[in-house]
Amino acid sequence: MSERNDHKVVLPIGPQHPSLKEPGSFKITLDGEKVERAVVEIGYNHRGIEKACESRNYTQDLYIIERVCGICSHAHTSCFCQAFEDMAGLEVPRRAYYIRGIVGELERLHSHLLWLGVASHEIGFDTLFMYTWRDRELVLDLLAQIGGNRVNYGVNTFGGVRRDLEADLMQDILHVCDQLEEKIKYYADLATTETTLIARLKGIGVLTPEDVRHFSAVGPVARAAGILDDIRVVEPYGVYKEIPVNAVTDDHCDVYGRTLVRVKEMLESIRLIRVMIREIPEGPISVRAPRKLPAGETLRRVEAPRGENIHYIRSNGSDMPDRVRVRAPSEANWHGMSYMLEGFQLADVPIIIAAIDPCYSCTDRAVSLSSGRDEQIASWDQLRLFGIEQYKKNGIDPGSIAIRPF
Amino acid sequence: MGLLDKAIAWGEKKSPWIIHFNAGACNGCDIEVVDALTPQYDLERLGILQQGSPRHADVLVCTGAVTLQTRDRLKQIYDQMSTPKFVIAVGTCACTGGIFDSCYCVTGGIDTIIPVDAYIPGCAVRPEAIIDAVSKLLASLDRKEGKRE
Ligand code: SF4
Repeated sequence: MSERNDHKVVLPIGPQHPSLKEPGSFKITLDGEKVERAVVEIGYNHRGIEKACESRNYTQDLYIIERVCGICSHAHTSCFCQAFEDMAGLEVPRRAYYIRGIVGELERLHSHLLWLGVASHEIGFDTLFMYTWRDRELVLDLLAQIGGNRVNYGVNTFGGVRRDLEADLMQDILHVCDQLEEKIKYYADLATTETTLIARLKGIGVLTPEDVRHFSAVGPVARAAGILDDIRVVEPYGVYKEIPVNAVTDDHCDVYGRTLVRVKEMLESIRLIRVMIREIPEGPISVRAPRKLPAGETLRRVEAPRGENIHYIRSNGSDMPDRVRVRAPSEANWHGMSYMLEGFQLADVPIIIAAIDPCYSCTDRAVSLSSGRDEQIASWDQLRLFGIEQYKKNGIDPGSIAIRPF
Repeated sequence: MGLLDKAIAWGEKKSPWIIHFNAGACNGCDIEVVDALTPQYDLERLGILQQGSPRHADVLVCTGAVTLQTRDRLKQIYDQMSTPKFVIAVGTCACTGGIFDSCYCVTGGIDTIIPVDAYIPGCAVRPEAIIDAVSKLLASLDRKEGKRE
């Protein structure tokens, strides 16, 4: 903490801090208790996943993509698989789509429960934190039953899914849905009637519909401002082509709105799981996938628990991608963060940050190269030329690799 | 005596405080660490308490392959902890770098930066494994009590 001549205090928070599990750092200039300026520094979690994908083959990439984020791993692999299947022209069996859908909704349930817990922890409501995390275990146990692992369940594969859902397992899922529904209804009740909770959440971290468009926020943040930004609705994919989703929106535009959206979405997820289990067709769960992709590029979007998840693959015809790009929802939501924080009390900072459900491991994709004082960001073309030169130095001519113009 | 009983027996004697640091994990292991502290597993009943500041903690629970950005921070946090201090590497990528090993922005496992006392493999580790590791670490403390500075 440092005090400046104008009696304003700069408070550094992070990268290791008690409230969030992941490293992120904030420099907050305070005028008394009020946040005057907030600078967000992220990038601590940058591991270089995109480049790692480019130096491995597609099958290996699937496992790396799964580990972009441990909370919404299924959303990432779904997106990557869909992009792959698109390019390979694979006809995925309907049953596989349903299983993906069921696991995806279970993931949304556990992610939103996790969020509700973290958010209530941030406002000092630790009882709710413990309640929701206890309930979340029910979902995790199901996921472990389906995929064999509580996190990173590895259900998706190119051309379908790896695990089938047995009849008993589906019964278990329905049973857990009943249990959870009761509890989530209780949370919904709590969120709409508990005055202290409402007073704590209302009117902070405001992002109006114009701001949402300006900062291109996605997911529950956008939906809490009344903007219907749910890929399952606006651009249905997989199972959602057959089973329509009732999108949840709200017009509070603040942290409270985001809470309501997420709680209601959990109820919607439970409804979807029930419908999917009722409608799931018999049949195979996967088709054989090729090892190589034809040259070309594709971009796919899926709705992760935190919002729109975008994956881009460019192939040069080999069994390794030429370029992979992952734009996770948190990355889009960070842009408005400083704006959301400014003007509010210091005590509201943790909950405002938590309200976008930030996921640093999802976010930390890009890297900016800097040498000394003249910082520079290399464009894709520059990097490509640089790469070609390097290869030529080693006696390889990469000019023979044909790539579609970007 | 069962594993948990042992841990509980030890917990009666001492109460290690932990601090959790994510050095570049995928979040999978981090939520499992928090999971271990919440009602289903409830490490807190063994006297294990999560702390916010490294200066108050005895055990650094560290997840993730160390990225270039967090490298110095990790060292700093370790230095800030008072002795005796212990480090648990949670997850395959904390043990060796795991799937992220050889990424350009990753230095490798936690032990490339600071000494590690217990390794928990698994991707992601299960909370049971974390409890097991903590209890084993505590048991090994019993054996070399006082020897470690
Ligand atoms: S070991 Fe696996 S689950 Fe754990 S942080 Fe690393 S990649 Fe994620």
